[in-house]
Amino acid sequence: MTLEILTPEKKIYSGEVLGIRLPGIEGLFEVFDKHAPLVSALTKGKMKIIVDRNTSEHFNIQGGFVEVLDNKTTVLVEGATVVD
Amino acid sequence: MAGQLKEVRNRISSVQSSQQITKAMKMVSAAKLRRAQDAIIQMRPYAKKLQEVLSNIVSNTEGDVSIKLAEQRNIEKVLIIVITSDRGLCGAYNSNLVKLAKASILEKYHEQYKKGNVAIWNIGKKGYESLTKSGYKTSDTYKDIFLNLTFENVQAAAKAAMTAFENKEFDAIDIVYSEFKNAATQNFHCEQFLPIPKVEKKAGATKADFIFEPSKDKLIAELMPKILNTQLYKAVLDANASEHGARMTAMDKASDNANELLKILKVSYNRARQAAITTELSEIVSGAAALEG
Repeated sequence: MTLEILTPEKKIYSGEVLGIRLPGIEGLFEVFDKHAPLVSALTKGKMKIIVDRNTSEHFNIQGGFVEVLDNKTTVLVEGATVVD
Repeated sequence: MAGQLKEVRNRISSVQSSQQITKAMKMVSAAKLRRAQDAIIQMRPYAKKLQEVLSNIVSNTEGDVSIKLAEQRNIEKVLIIVITSDRGLCGAYNSNLVKLAKASILEKYHEQYKKGNVAIWNIGKKGYESLTKSGYKTSDTYKDIFLNLTFENVQAAAKAAMTAFENKEFDAIDIVYSEFKNAATQNFHCEQFLPIPKVEKKAGATKADFIFEPSKDKLIAELMPKILNTQLYKAVLDANASEHGARMTAMDKASDNANELLKILKVSYNRARQAAITTELSEIVSGAAALEG
């Protein structure tokens, strides 16, 4: 699936990924390929991008929204920092 | 003769110092433009996507949820937010915006205007001065946002507009601003702010059956203000970049004009100088001839 992560300052991620784990307002959840259309509010927490089976990237996010439509996931957050 | 020579010399030095000022202003604007441009370009995809998410929700939940901010009412009272700059010397930028504001009042809201139901909130001093002089109902509450351009300040204005709409103080809110395209081009827009315009559904597209988490109402209640804040913030950033772009172009033109003027003045200076020398020479020659004779 295609993933895009946007903040008011800049686009911080764009590309094909396996899945993503997000801190939803009602708990952690994951989005994988061919997920049903979804709109959800996100809370402050850790976001994990699963690029492929062996690699993943971690971000600390400040809360925002996620939209999944037509196998395209867009994460809108107000601030995000990379975690090593 | 000597008097004219001095006159031209004075003109030249005054044009030169004007040119120095316009050149300096151009440089300053170029630097400010770079900063404003970065902010707006980075912010644009975020604002655009937020708008898309909102549109998706609104057109997918028609009839299901009542969204206060998307409520279409009989338009009786109108608010127009006009974003101009605080300073002049930027070509036709401000007057174009004021003209657009007046035109949209005349075309779109003529009825309401006749009844005195069109209010204007100004962001930026120039538009405030000009529209107040023309006798419109203006408010200067948010006039000084450009003095301290932060998200919080813009947010306060957006919030006030939303509250006013919810309390039925206004039935429609428009924003007049200029979108930044490049340093030489601004696109002047009159954009509907509230009620949130509905997106036309694409022909043949099925309604996507969205999963909403948490509940639709909660989600929308959280999403709406954020989107509108961002929309107004984007408009203000756009306006800011446009202003510096317009000023840069105007000052560039002014410097060019000064150059042209200097060329002409130099020609007439040299001509005057030549004439003075010729007169002097002929005086000497004729003086010498008189002595000899």
